[in-house]
Amino acid sequence: MNFLRIAAVSKSFGANHVVKEFNLDIDKGEFISFLGPSGCGKTTVLRMVAGFETPSAGRIVLNGEDITALPSRQRNIGMVFQAYALFPNMNVFDNVAFGLKVAGQPKAEIAARVSEMLKLIHLEHLADRYPYQMSGGQQQRVALARALAPRPQVLLLDEPLSALDAKIRVSLREEIRHIQRQLGITTIFVTHDQEEALSISDRIVVMNGGRADQIGVPADIYNRPATRFVASFVGTLNMIEATVLDQSGTVKIGETVVSLPEPIVHRQQGETVSLALRPEAGSLTGDLRGDTALPGKVLSTHFLGSVIRTKLDVAGHQVSFDTFNGPETRLPAAGEPATLRFAARDLLVLQD
Amino acid sequence: MTMAEAASPPERTVIPGPFTGLFGRIGWAWLGVLPFFAFCLMFLVAPVLYLVKGAFQNPAGEYTLDNLLALASPNIVAAFSLSIRLSLVSAGIGAIAGLLLAYAVILGGLPRWVRPAFMTFSGVASNFAGIPLAFAFIATLGRLGLATVVLRDVFGINLYGVGFNLFSFWGLAVTYLYFQLPLMLLIITPAIDGLKGEWREAAEILGANRRQYWRMVALPVLTPSVLGCFLLLFANAFGTLATVYALTGSRFAVVPIVLFQQIQGNVLYNPNLGYAIAFGMVLIMAVSNTLYLVLRARAERWQK
Amino acid sequence: MKKPFPFASALIALVSAAYFLIPLYATFQFSLQMVRGEWSLAAYRAVFASDTFIATITYSVVASLVAIMIGAAIVVPTIYWVRLKLPRLRPVIEFLSLLPLIIPPVVLVFGYIRLFGSSSYLPLTMSDQGTNFLLVMGYVVLALPYMFRSVDNGMAVIDIATLTEAAESLGASRLRTVATVIFPNVRSAIVSGAFLTFSISLGEFVLASLLNRPAFGPYLVQMGQDRAYEPAALAVMTFGLTWACMALMQYFANRKPGSRFVPRLPLSSAKGISP
Repeated sequence: MNFLRIAAVSKSFGANHVVKEFNLDIDKGEFISFLGPSGCGKTTVLRMVAGFETPSAGRIVLNGEDITALPSRQRNIGMVFQAYALFPNMNVFDNVAFGLKVAGQPKAEIAARVSEMLKLIHLEHLADRYPYQMSGGQQQRVALARALAPRPQVLLLDEPLSALDAKIRVSLREEIRHIQRQLGITTIFVTHDQEEALSISDRIVVMNGGRADQIGVPADIYNRPATRFVASFVGTLNMIEATVLDQSGTVKIGETVVSLPEPIVHRQQGETVSLALRPEAGSLTGDLRGDTALPGKVLSTHFLGSVIRTKLDVAGHQVSFDTFNGPETRLPAAGEPATLRFAARDLLVLQD
Repeated sequence: MTMAEAASPPERTVIPGPFTGLFGRIGWAWLGVLPFFAFCLMFLVAPVLYLVKGAFQNPAGEYTLDNLLALASPNIVAAFSLSIRLSLVSAGIGAIAGLLLAYAVILGGLPRWVRPAFMTFSGVASNFAGIPLAFAFIATLGRLGLATVVLRDVFGINLYGVGFNLFSFWGLAVTYLYFQLPLMLLIITPAIDGLKGEWREAAEILGANRRQYWRMVALPVLTPSVLGCFLLLFANAFGTLATVYALTGSRFAVVPIVLFQQIQGNVLYNPNLGYAIAFGMVLIMAVSNTLYLVLRARAERWQK
Repeated sequence: MKKPFPFASALIALVSAAYFLIPLYATFQFSLQMVRGEWSLAAYRAVFASDTFIATITYSVVASLVAIMIGAAIVVPTIYWVRLKLPRLRPVIEFLSLLPLIIPPVVLVFGYIRLFGSSSYLPLTMSDQGTNFLLVMGYVVLALPYMFRSVDNGMAVIDIATLTEAAESLGASRLRTVATVIFPNVRSAIVSGAFLTFSISLGEFVLASLLNRPAFGPYLVQMGQDRAYEPAALAVMTFGLTWACMALMQYFANRKPGSRFVPRLPLSSAKGISP
């Protein structure tokens, strides 16, 4: 049986349907990310799990108990907010102790649990500090400890890293994942940053317009995006239009005939189909990787350090490809013709 | 024209001006602020310092503490006591009522137009002090005022029969409230807005109920702001003269009225005692305003 | 799920609204009762027929306008100059500007009378012109905190120092910079401060009374002692005037630099505010 089940949940604010028929089953101990642009409904789903919003339809079941209508203070769920939301009038110790205090636990037990939590986030030495005396990264770690102290069944993280500096963001996300594994706590992590989601999740839910477009492990989301939206939102993608020659998977890109690895079922012969290719899947250096070659013309090249990004015109589409930078790398200059080589199996056929 | 003066000094001069030691590398740039300082010195600082100095002198110009000691005379002590009690009461009621009103209007879940309506009205009402306010209350709670008459004729409550009098301590307190309450609403609003919704949500999901949230988080966070606002209301009431004068003439001897009469030259014969009274007023105003600023700074620290 | 109706909040708001509105209504009703047994505007007619009313309100309006001009001439260049050249002096300027909040008017005018009295080096109170000047300066002082706040906020919004450097790097002289770049950008802040100054000084009583000036404030008190219905009419008009000043002040304070100085259609823009 699933630990947390979100069943056909919808939410409307007036005429505005923010979440539509959202379904998700989460196993105990799983780390799930909700990924999507702002306004896609990911935070609303999280807030319904937390109990801050009541679903317009559908049910939320936690550990066999229907919690759809339960007030959030009775749900035993931990939550970390984007802007830390530490209580400004309390020091670190009192912030972490808050959940235990309102639950009426004995003093000695509270002290022991708080110091255990502070050890977990490596901030034992800051127990007397007030929030305004700490950096954003430290505050967010305290917020994590505060959420975990009452031993919640589920941990909700609402864009916890987006207010932090780039470097701290990376180190804190690793720390969050480490602590999550250590405690084995079921976690939902909301983010709009695809790199964050890809790097720490067991599974990712890509959301768009109030629906889950795709649910899968990070590698599948990246390598086999189900929709054009997922493909374009997760990583950079080159879109190429092709004409279907026959439904077994033969298409024509410009003047070149290409055999796709899978049959095309959703398009008739003669219709146009959208194909996608990752920037790292093509080669311009002629190292013969792949079985397909398309003629093109270089528009511009951009030196990005470890890679060089080349923009080219291929069959009327503007596409860009990355080449690893090395002492031997020779790339055609802007205005020169170039041959783009790639494996036909790397082409993604988009469903819409 | 000041603007032309300000424009004339050369831009990056290093010629040391007369205040080189104090102003460092500023050079002649200080000339640009000379009009402002001259104005403040003449019409703000000097008059007050003159009074303060006078408070420590006798009419012959010798330094003495007699004037300050004379503040202990019964009628002056009574005036200060009356002023302080009236200011405390009107500030206390204003602060509590204003806090409740701010809660109701901002967080109370009322329709959205309620808040801007109250805010706009408060902006006007907090500036509607002085003599017209006194007139308005005479028309409302005077012996023939509308509220007095309606209460008597319709509800059978005779206000003046049960000891109320507009021209008394409580009458003044009720009148003061008309500018204290809106002022409190205006200055406490930023603090209430500063209560982040996430604090309530965080408390809630950690298991706290409404009362626990207010007791452990919201009220402690608001306390410095409320105390600060209380002090500002206190100072506001303490300096009020025109409203009292228009309501009661000189019968109600709060400190500003005593000083007013002293200046008109019909009560005290010793101007240096008047200086001492002025000094006492400035002292009380300064202490309450300074505490207000300190508490506000403390409250703002949390609002980051 | 529908939230329960907030009875407690509604009760608080209603009681407060009643407390705010009943005196206004009572005053208004009272002002209409001058002629026994009927509603009439007789009290208002009586007020406007009075030469003293016209004389005192004219005097106060002129005094307020002069105070506004002097206040702006002192505050605006100073704040500009301090922000540009002497940022270290800003706390001193701010402290001085807020000082009038802690000095009661009665104390201030007491100081004036003594410092500029008959035995002074500068016996301003000995002549009418000198006393008028002293009254206006007193109003400038009373309005200083508000003028400072308003103009300082206005300049903070547009980052004066960068704007000046930008204008000068394009070859504008300092005077030209102030006239064509800075002033238009802080104009609405100045106007906003001006309306506040106006509403403070128009009905001011303490300074005018103790300096023995024929101003509106002392006239109001006199009417309060002598008449019954005219004071109510005056209170209603003063409240309306305060309301107009605050509305104009808020309008100018919220106005962004660069928008039209006079709104095209004030009514339709007010409707546009609703959420």
